[in-house]
Amino acid sequence: MTIVNAVLQGIFLGAFYAVLACGLSIMFGVMRIINLAHGDLAVLGAYATFVIVEQTGASALIAFVVSLPLMIVLGYVLQLTVLERSLKAGILTPLLATFGLSIVVQNLLQLAFSPDVRSLGGSAGTITTASWQVTSGLSVSALGLLVLLVAVLLFGGLQLFLSRTRVGWMMRATAEDADAAELVGIDSRAVYARATALAVATAALGGLFLGIRSVFDPVSGPTQLIFAFEAVVIGGMGSLRGTLLGGIALGVAQTVGAQIHPQFAVMAGHLLFLAVLIVRFGGARLRLRPV
Amino acid sequence: MSLLLEVSGLDCRYGLLQAVRGVSLEVAAGETVALIGANGAGKTTLLRAVAGAHRPHAGRVIFDRSDITRMPAHERVARGIALVPEGRRLFPSLTVEENLRVAAAGRRGRWNVRTVLEVFPLLQARRHMPAATLSGGEQQAVAIGRALMSNPRLLLLDEVSLGLAPVVVDAVYRSLADVIGEGATVVLVEQDLTRALKVAGRVICMLEGRVVLEGEAASLDRDHVVSAYFGLRRPA
Repeated sequence: MTIVNAVLQGIFLGAFYAVLACGLSIMFGVMRIINLAHGDLAVLGAYATFVIVEQTGASALIAFVVSLPLMIVLGYVLQLTVLERSLKAGILTPLLATFGLSIVVQNLLQLAFSPDVRSLGGSAGTITTASWQVTSGLSVSALGLLVLLVAVLLFGGLQLFLSRTRVGWMMRATAEDADAAELVGIDSRAVYARATALAVATAALGGLFLGIRSVFDPVSGPTQLIFAFEAVVIGGMGSLRGTLLGGIALGVAQTVGAQIHPQFAVMAGHLLFLAVLIVRFGGARLRLRPV
Repeated sequence: MSLLLEVSGLDCRYGLLQAVRGVSLEVAAGETVALIGANGAGKTTLLRAVAGAHRPHAGRVIFDRSDITRMPAHERVARGIALVPEGRRLFPSLTVEENLRVAAAGRRGRWNVRTVLEVFPLLQARRHMPAATLSGGEQQAVAIGRALMSNPRLLLLDEVSLGLAPVVVDAVYRSLADVIGEGATVVLVEQDLTRALKVAGRVICMLEGRVVLEGEAASLDRDHVVSAYFGLRRPA
């Protein structure tokens, strides 16, 4: 029964990783940008929610909804001021730009909030602690279920958006051939800005769940980035559905690994990530898809 | 007839390579102009500069009396310029219908998914299939249809016959005749001289980035065109 419980908890944990990874996957899929500041943007989102909670006493969920428009605007501004310019300078420059951005965000958060550890758990209401004991060894937490539900809705919604709406087609068309997209009347700058805004919004959602599940501080970002990055790679880069499954695979690997030894949890996730890399890229024959 | 497109003193460069050198040309509304010339003569670059996909180094592009030299490509589509790019450049994961509908730029006119499928009936059965799964001829039909979706006033066609079987090229050109018959203004790049002379009212021949010959298709002597094409005898 413990293994069943471990897998179940792994699915819940993995859904959290998938939400964190969603924006990373969008930005890579649409613009081929690997956003090294993605984890820090998630943490920034958590702080934005935290500030609103502190100032108004509202629930974390309400505060998140209020902070969301700010994060969306931030995404637009980020794209139009930093990323768009770096994209013009070749494939490596966005990597360096987002690496710099990551450091800037971390230091600004240190300045504004000190290195103290914070949490949103206390302001999220009973959702943080409620759970159902299914059998003696199997429990379902309300938070785990909520995160899983949100993850499924988020990825399902994005899939529908990309496959059914004209704006979604514009995003896929631009991702596949930005030059040709311009030639059929699609404003690729606007599409890129929309994609980044969407990515930052989902990062903020990841930050909310991070803050409710556990704690965060100004330098929590990079750890979140690693898990998100692993989820994206395990699921296949550029595939949204893959990212959801990749996140869940990572979560299950970690919780099942923890059954072997508590300190083996994170390592088990890394091993899965390495195994996927080796299988996919077949050792020495490292092939890169044309970008 | 009123002037629709006016290119003056256009210079286009790729780094040190100068692809288009001081080209000037005019296209009147309703005309069909064939742009011919050997590989590397600058035809594709010229079309791309008109469509906004290549930023010229010098010179001006004037469309319907306004200067669009610095205008991004997607805004030119909204003004009524559409390019069918070399190599078709469809969006491979989008279905035929999505490829068409994503290109509907909001200009009113006779072209929509239904009328495009009427002109290219071979696409009807492929409507919901990803563009990547189509044959070359079908892809070319989608590429032309996609350009028509914006109801362009100026249609630029870059080597629509490239890589297609002769039978398919015939079919593509038959459909194009319908489009041209609608009164569209067309500039097309074509390697096949006979076909270019047949479909176009006027022919412009380029060599090494310059216009070396220009004239009514009916009045041009084929030998004269061939020598201009290969640069055997430079006209003064």
